[in-house]
Amino acid sequence: MKNINVINYLLDSAEKYPDKTAYFDETRSYTYSKLLKDSKAIASTLIKKLPGANQPVLIYLEKSPSVLAAFFGTVMSRNFYVPLDISMPEYRINLIVENLKPKAIITDTAHYDAAKEFCKHVFVFEQSIDTEIDDKAINDKIDSSLDTDPVYVLYTSGSTGVPKGVVVSHRSLVDYIDHFCDEVDITSDDIIANQAPFYFDASLIDIYCTLKMGATMGIVPIDYFSVPMKLLSFLQDNNITTIRWVPSAMKMISMFKGFKSLKPDKLRKIIFGAESMPTKCYNYWKENYPEAVFVQIYGPTEITGVCTYHIVDRDYEDSETIPIGKAFKNSDVFLLDEDDKLITRADTIGEICVKGSCLALGYYNAPEKTNEVFTQNPLNPYYPEKIYRTGDLAKYNERGEFVFVSRKDFQIKHMGHRIELGEIETAVMSIADIKNACCAFDEKKQKIVLFYESEVKGDEDVLEALKKKLQRYMIPNVFKKMDKLPMNANGKVDRKYLKENCL
Amino acid sequence: MREEIIEILQSVHPEVDYEVEDKLIDNRIFDSFDVVSVVSELIDNFDVEITAETMIPENFNSVDAIMNLIKRLEEE
Repeated sequence: MKNINVINYLLDSAEKYPDKTAYFDETRSYTYSKLLKDSKAIASTLIKKLPGANQPVLIYLEKSPSVLAAFFGTVMSRNFYVPLDISMPEYRINLIVENLKPKAIITDTAHYDAAKEFCKHVFVFEQSIDTEIDDKAINDKIDSSLDTDPVYVLYTSGSTGVPKGVVVSHRSLVDYIDHFCDEVDITSDDIIANQAPFYFDASLIDIYCTLKMGATMGIVPIDYFSVPMKLLSFLQDNNITTIRWVPSAMKMISMFKGFKSLKPDKLRKIIFGAESMPTKCYNYWKENYPEAVFVQIYGPTEITGVCTYHIVDRDYEDSETIPIGKAFKNSDVFLLDEDDKLITRADTIGEICVKGSCLALGYYNAPEKTNEVFTQNPLNPYYPEKIYRTGDLAKYNERGEFVFVSRKDFQIKHMGHRIELGEIETAVMSIADIKNACCAFDEKKQKIVLFYESEVKGDEDVLEALKKKLQRYMIPNVFKKMDKLPMNANGKVDRKYLKENCL
Repeated sequence: MREEIIEILQSVHPEVDYEVEDKLIDNRIFDSFDVVSVVSELIDNFDVEITAETMIPENFNSVDAIMNLIKRLEEE
């Protein structure tokens, strides 16, 4: 039997479809055989110069098909990849570097100078792909690999100001991709239009379902998502059959009634998740694609992609909420109340908890944070069994499907991004002369509002300082300077008061 | 109308000087998510319908461009 290793997807597809396009963007395309060759070359240079296994390798590249060769090359060398958003401010990258202590960084000539600031051991993509391939060394690495080896670490916002690195193993990823391809019937004929950045787990379906099935994935240029006609033409011209987009991206077409101008005619699998889908937007798509399969998926990075899904099989009024569905294959999803008791009745709110192979290994170099949310299953006192506590609150509807309700803490979903308000607050508090700060999320207007206290600093100063510390989607939309933030009886900022009275 | 448009834009990106900026889309100051949130507010506030064909950078690069677009749409 073969090892459970995602690299087998690449080896199999390269054998079956050597000349077929695996990944493309506006300017480049990778056939399976070339992808395999470049990945092997990268693996060979990593194996030669980086002794050991299961070590972090940062990927610091602009989004393109090359990034995927860097991913797979890293995995073939039995190390794991950690993709960075190259638009991330240096300050935040340094927080990640401090936590990760990367062994190497893969970048290209254009980003060499920036990359060497983050890790001394730099591999330049253009040179790495010219390395002589050492098949024996690669085979030895794959043969010795375990399904519990990490494949990647993806960083998400952390409430204390330090991003958290979610470590995911081959086993979790293969379990996800194998079942997902089956459930949604992804085939080698599919052509997937990729929207999600590669540093988000929303891109896993695009990357790995393509790789497993020998399908094709095209990267939609990011600017097209601001120009609906370009977006629609991309789908039409490239015969796209499948999308896995965040609802905001789908809204880009529905709000302009874009299908009136151009309706791509090959589209038949429409998958969405990562934030709640406005039902009005869904209905617009459904009206235009009555024959297509629509799948709502739900799952935090910590459970590798998807833990519940709903193949939308009935009609919804614009005012209704589309449920997040039932547990995904080989996952158990259940609700616990505040006393860790199992909830089975409809309409009772509890925390979504998950167990199964989908669970991440934990957070990188953060045992305390890991233990807070990856805990022993309180319903099983008999043997060690881990569950992940998502912090998301949900309830069952009368059909026994999960319906998302809200967050338990101060994590928000803003424009498809997962943000801890605490990370923004920590960044604000680190600015000199800021006496106090608190963030609230205005759900109705979908805006992040910052309340702060300072005798000398004004909105513009705070904004300028934050641009250097936070990613742009974390920067507050509204700034409210106050003489004094309201406090509660415990001497903490009264969030409830602010949220109810000051938004 | 101009003030109202600036207010909508500011609530998405307060850091931009809208009096001078004339490449909001071309310079990627507004990404797709920003466009979605600005356009939904424009549709609500001015009661206009914006078609896919009109959603091009030239019509959204500056406050004046947006204002001209809204005026044209209101006349239709």
